[in-house]
Amino acid sequence: MENYSRRGFIGKAVGAVAAVGAIASLTAMKKTWDPLASTKAAGFTTLDMSIYKEGEMAVEKWRGKPIFVLKQTSEMLKTLTAKQKERIVMVGDEGFLINIGICTHLGCIPAYRSQSEDFLCPCHGGMYDHSGDVIKDPPPRGFDIPPFKIDGKKLVLGEEGPEYRKMKNNGITL
Amino acid sequence: MKTLIKTIVIILFTLLTYYLLEVSAHSILHKHVEGDNFAYADLEDMNKTGNVARGEELVMGAGACTGCHSIEVAGMSAPMDANMAAATYGVRPPDLSNAGIIFDPKFLANLIKNPAHALKVEHKFNAENGKEFPMVSFGGAGGDINQEVADMVAYLQSIATNKEAVSPKIAFEQACGRCHANRYASWTQLGERPTFKKEQDALQFQMNLLDYEDSLKGYLGKLPPDLSTMIRARSAHYVETFVENPESYIKGTPMPRVGLTKDSMEKVIEYLLDTGDAKRKEIKTVGIYTMLFLINFTALVIVWRKQLWKKYLWKDEE
Amino acid sequence: MTHSTKEISQDDGLNQATIETNEDNESNHNSTEHAHSPVLTLDYWFSSKFNFIRATGMVLAVTMVLLLISGVFLLMYYQPNINTAFDSVNYTIMTEVEFGWLWRHIHSVAGSVGFMILYIHMFVTIYEGHYKKGGRETLWMSGTFLLIAYSLESFSGYMLPWGQMSYWAGSVITNLFAGGSLHLDGLVQWVRGDYVMAQAYLNRFFMLHVVVVPGVIIGLLVWHFPPKYTSVKKGGSKLSAFAKNFYSKDIMLISMYLVFFFYLVFFNYGFSMETTNFEIVDGLKTPAHIYPEWYFLWSYELLRPFPIDLGLIVFGISQIIFFFVPALDRSPNAVDASRRGLFKYWFWLLLIDMIVLTFLGKLPPTGMYQVTGLIASLVFCALWMALPVITKFEKKV
Repeated sequence: MENYSRRGFIGKAVGAVAAVGAIASLTAMKKTWDPLASTKAAGFTTLDMSIYKEGEMAVEKWRGKPIFVLKQTSEMLKTLTAKQKERIVMVGDEGFLINIGICTHLGCIPAYRSQSEDFLCPCHGGMYDHSGDVIKDPPPRGFDIPPFKIDGKKLVLGEEGPEYRKMKNNGITL
Repeated sequence: MKTLIKTIVIILFTLLTYYLLEVSAHSILHKHVEGDNFAYADLEDMNKTGNVARGEELVMGAGACTGCHSIEVAGMSAPMDANMAAATYGVRPPDLSNAGIIFDPKFLANLIKNPAHALKVEHKFNAENGKEFPMVSFGGAGGDINQEVADMVAYLQSIATNKEAVSPKIAFEQACGRCHANRYASWTQLGERPTFKKEQDALQFQMNLLDYEDSLKGYLGKLPPDLSTMIRARSAHYVETFVENPESYIKGTPMPRVGLTKDSMEKVIEYLLDTGDAKRKEIKTVGIYTMLFLINFTALVIVWRKQLWKKYLWKDEE
Repeated sequence: MTHSTKEISQDDGLNQATIETNEDNESNHNSTEHAHSPVLTLDYWFSSKFNFIRATGMVLAVTMVLLLISGVFLLMYYQPNINTAFDSVNYTIMTEVEFGWLWRHIHSVAGSVGFMILYIHMFVTIYEGHYKKGGRETLWMSGTFLLIAYSLESFSGYMLPWGQMSYWAGSVITNLFAGGSLHLDGLVQWVRGDYVMAQAYLNRFFMLHVVVVPGVIIGLLVWHFPPKYTSVKKGGSKLSAFAKNFYSKDIMLISMYLVFFFYLVFFNYGFSMETTNFEIVDGLKTPAHIYPEWYFLWSYELLRPFPIDLGLIVFGISQIIFFFVPALDRSPNAVDASRRGLFKYWFWLLLIDMIVLTFLGKLPPTGMYQVTGLIASLVFCALWMALPVITKFEKKV
């Protein structure tokens, strides 16, 4: 009996060691599938916030997605409700709309209409105001806000700063 | 027994073929050059102790170094931009801030006195063909020329950073980077390739680079190769001995002797390994773990097999 | 160990189920010698004796699996474009991708070691006379086809890193299609898809390497393991316990092979990656020394000592001559070469001559090397012409 159990043990040990080897190989394969370091590094975009003009829409690119940047005029800021104001990113004493410019309904890119100061989605007529909040269905919520970190007059997209975390905790963005 | 003999014969023939190709043929194809340990024995020994203050006067004054060279640490910027300098001299003259630590002092002294000789490019620039090396020989400032040269070298050594602060990147840029690009490190002959937001700026940079490369071609006969994978295409030993004395491999090569110290050569090799053989350490580490794993696994399987075999015999006897 | 097998199988009255148990008995060698596939079947029954054919099958199967897995991961990052191919291999795969270097090393070492196995297998088969009798001629034929397909796979794969050796080896090999004095330049252009090796050329060899040739190789492998030899099925609990012993033997053999293989992958991969191929293509500068990978060197050397047309003929014949071994060997003896007449000397001469040709193939064809190369090439031709003659007068063993 003793001999038997010892043999059984060695058989199991072979199996266990082979499993370790298999897991190590699978780990290497998984890592090969990971995004490249250079791709990850390219996931951070720095915006110089001093170049934008009040009331003029600018589209930047971050991780392949359009980023709407709209520096709010003082009139714009005045019209906003307290809730809408929470969506505005304050760099110094200047307010910006910084949103992922993709309709939260089905992913089309809405167009900015400077006269009415709102966004209209060409696909299903969804509308957003100049703080990026939804004002006409069908979109379920306002534009999403990309993770950002304020660094003096600069804004780093892709990094989570305290202002962004606050927005996230308050349910302003997903 | 017969199988064992056959196996041994197969292994011997395999090893013989391996030896013939990888050792024997390799040594016939690639001649082995032994370096001179960066002694530069063919160059003249100045045998003088340099005076830093006097050296500074000469470098800034009578030596006229700053007419062409920048010395950033001493606040002297280059008199021309890189493209214009290349159009004038063929290549942009090096910044002298760290020359005192990157280059061998004996080599530097000889270089100041007779550049073409120290660089081993006299086959290109000599009295017979009437071509002059772009860097003017220092003819002396009235005193003992060897003393003056030693003073200048002493000054360059005094302003250079210390040995520990010389990174592989600094060494490469100073030693190779004005003629050779290294695209795996984003290095161009004009410096690190910046990222541009506007395509016009990127194209403008590319235009400048192409102009610079054209000047280099005119100066050297052809564009020096990109060094990204050179360490694998040759070997560390080849690169080291080639840089120490290019003539030992290729007679009449446009590549000058660079005059590095042994330390800075090691830094350059490290830089080239980092771009051309970046995962070398990981290969070793993963290799050691894998081999340990496989050897243990094989040993375990051998034991397992023996056990199974015994089990069968035991049952059979029953 | 072998002794025990024999005893047990006889005691159990299972002789008909155990093949090859009496291989040690030389007189019975012919009648009981068979080849088996351990690869394409699960219920098989073997002697525990070491057997070269079984070992080759096992090791080759593992090598093929390694080639396939590593190839899949390389394919994820390789770019078949003449502007980006070199950097996608040497920068993206070797530097950026996690463990990219591992897949590349495995792929190139496995490609080279695969050839080593094929050559060893071929020479052992010639030595043991395994290419004749009992329908084994077709088995031999499929083996030689496999060698040709594997050569094509290896050559097309060698093009992909798009380094100096890729380019110039491709140039030389595709120029062979001009047929020397026939000047079939149109054919060369057809093969390349361009006047020179450019995008069209790289793309089509990429296609060959990842689609067509691997498919052909898998087909040939299946053909190479005929069902006749694959398995003898027997039921019963005692037999299954017995079978486990043989599985354990296979696992042992494979793990020993993996020790050797991964030693090469991690510590001695240089032999399978030519240094000159770490230089990016320069279509206007041929490297100082150009030669193919080691497994093509002997046939490459046959091209060199002769004038162009004769060289091409000798080269062409050398590519297919092994196919005709069963026809050229006129002797009925299917035993080890050591027990045959002049064939014994013929075998060792051929082996040594091919090693000499391989060695010279890497060296520049000048002076002494050229003279030796000419002699070795002539010996190669003479040996093949002599084979039918010397085997015809061989006494039956």
